[in-house]
Amino acid sequence: MLKKTVYVCCGTGCLASGSHAIYQALQAQVKTLGLAVEVVPQIKKTGCHGLCQKGPLVHIAPQDVTYIHVKLEDVEEIVEQTLLQDQVVERLLYVDRQQGKRVVSKHDWTFAQKQLKIALRNCGEISQDCIEDYIARDGYAALRQAVTAMTPAQIREEITCSGLRGRGGGGFATGNKWSLTAQAPGDIKYVICNGDEGDPGAFMDRSILEGDPHTVLEGMAICAFAIRAKRGFLYIRDEYSLAVENMKKAIADAESHGMLGQQILGSDFDFSVEVVRGGGAFVCGEETSLLHSIEGQTGEPSPKPPFPSDHGLWGQPTVINNVETWANIPVIIQRGAAWFSAIGSDGSKGTKVFSLVGKIANTGLVEVPMGITLREVIFEIGGGVPRRRKFKAVQTGGPSGGCLPEAKLDLQVDFDSLLAEGSMMGSGGMIVVDDRTCMVEFARYYLTFLSEESCGKCAPCREGIKAMLAILVDICQGRGREGDIQLLEELGKMVQANSLCGLGKTAPNPVLSNIHYFREEFEAHIHEKRCPAGVCKELTVLQIDPQLCTGCGACVKVCPVDAIAGEQRQPHVLDQGKCIKCNNCRDRCPVDAIVVG
Amino acid sequence: MNKDLQIQQEAEYIARHYAPERRFLLAILQDIQRHYKYLPEAAMEKVAEYLSVPVVKVYAMATFYKAFSLTPKGKYIIKVCDGTACHIAGSMDLLAEIKAILGLEPGETTADGLFSLETVACIGACGLAPVAVINEQYYGNLTPLTLRKILAGYQGGVAKNA
Repeated sequence: MLKKTVYVCCGTGCLASGSHAIYQALQAQVKTLGLAVEVVPQIKKTGCHGLCQKGPLVHIAPQDVTYIHVKLEDVEEIVEQTLLQDQVVERLLYVDRQQGKRVVSKHDWTFAQKQLKIALRNCGEISQDCIEDYIARDGYAALRQAVTAMTPAQIREEITCSGLRGRGGGGFATGNKWSLTAQAPGDIKYVICNGDEGDPGAFMDRSILEGDPHTVLEGMAICAFAIRAKRGFLYIRDEYSLAVENMKKAIADAESHGMLGQQILGSDFDFSVEVVRGGGAFVCGEETSLLHSIEGQTGEPSPKPPFPSDHGLWGQPTVINNVETWANIPVIIQRGAAWFSAIGSDGSKGTKVFSLVGKIANTGLVEVPMGITLREVIFEIGGGVPRRRKFKAVQTGGPSGGCLPEAKLDLQVDFDSLLAEGSMMGSGGMIVVDDRTCMVEFARYYLTFLSEESCGKCAPCREGIKAMLAILVDICQGRGREGDIQLLEELGKMVQANSLCGLGKTAPNPVLSNIHYFREEFEAHIHEKRCPAGVCKELTVLQIDPQLCTGCGACVKVCPVDAIAGEQRQPHVLDQGKCIKCNNCRDRCPVDAIVVG
Repeated sequence: MNKDLQIQQEAEYIARHYAPERRFLLAILQDIQRHYKYLPEAAMEKVAEYLSVPVVKVYAMATFYKAFSLTPKGKYIIKVCDGTACHIAGSMDLLAEIKAILGLEPGETTADGLFSLETVACIGACGLAPVAVINEQYYGNLTPLTLRKILAGYQGGVAKNA
């Protein structure tokens, strides 16, 4: 009797596509048939596999078959064919564009080929709420090793030698942070996990918290042993309800298995962790704001120094690391600093998780070795820009980062290379945009977000962002004036130089990098009152090119305001008075006859 | 019973799940927000008393964090994701469509108390952009047209899946 396991992805992406119903249906189906046949599949809910766009994903082991876009009506066939008869249901397999065929296992997708999973090693491979699964994959072995065979100083040394840098975006050396905190005077010390992932377009941390909560707890416990802390806090966005739920269960399970709580693994080391739900303020991702929020205050930042390593939570020395950083710790302890530091580039060791989204064929979560080029990530793993569109830019670092154009695609992805070109690594958002995105409007988008999220404590950030936003809105709506670009640059430098915390210091980056690389688009808006991408409605006129139009009528069907008319097989005409510039026709036209005037 | 008195009793019941320590202020307010879908004044006063914190500090928290609202929300809360992936996939068109149908701007509630509209920065379902969440139900790959149909379902009292 061969034991099979059916893994149904229940990360937020797949849940939104209805995976929970699939999970229930599979369970019911297996239960009904279970007694009659000698197959005992085990249905497990896993965390994110990465390729959210193709969800719901169902993976069957040990056959190593992965199905995408699974619907309720497919469940019976999967059970009949794959579980009972070992047959593959061809139509549910992923079509790999690069390989030009259907691929049976997710491990063979081109999407997976150049990836290297350290932080995400368990996501999608284990049940998200089962400590036994985690332990079966060497979970808590590193903690055991740390507590029973290493001294705190040795652990800190190991992390320092590994070259690990903070994955939240700052890139500060993790080992240094731990050592500073360990050496700071004081008996009470704290360990904090920053899970206040706020960058729009990023979901790396959420996937780890949901899909592999124990790796975060293990990393924190190792740190607590290394700096002699007894208490830890996990600050998680309240919106991440599944992450909060899974993490709370993980803490309870870890306590009952002796991995957290009193006398961990039989030693005299005590460490307990509790979850704090964030209140939905982007600035709380900044460490001093986050500390205030845990204390029950409004999440406003404090000037640094003093740094949290000296003066952190309730004034005590505190280590704060990002979720992904914590997920790396157990692997480094287990496999050693030398192994880890052999991966990556000169100044950036190990891997980085990115949420690859936007105008890209394979949207999802990827983990790549540092030093890989942007081109490899976007065109090989990501499969390039879909729908015959042209790549325009890639945005990294979220609202603190910047856009890089096609000319920079061969840039290595690491902390220092991205910073040198005016963007930044950030926490891992990687957003690809095509020629249909307006770079002025894109900058306006980030500034709108930041102006709402600025906490208002310091004037350069509060007023400076507002002033820059007003100029950008004017430019987008056709009121751009001579000198606006220079004014934006001047204001941007002022905000960068004078803001209190990281939010303000980096807020102008999306604007400044877009001006740097896409200046002609800003100029077209200001001088010619034209939006080349056709996004800014006030500056856009859509026209049908009579030379190209075949009169197929596809555009007529999608126009919500009946602005297009024409005889069949004759060039159509667009009524400018009615057109609301929704671009539906442009998206639909098979011959690109709708042009921006 | 006096409504404020009732709210105060309920708020105290919620607060008592936590020790009377300042650090639990955020968590208590989150639970109250979840219960009422906003923070009633009487509840905030009770929480201030329970934690021995000035009411003004509770009010500061209530206005600082996005999770909180000082006015009642509608029966169905429409959250349109305006994260980057959704933004470039057309979340603005969804907002325009909602404005056209329900007359709502983000932050507003319809006069009949049926719908509230909010925008959220990112709900992490970028693979399905553009996305909206109505109460707990996710709707992905939306167009103005599919959204119109979904809203009509809620208006008719039936929540349909996209």
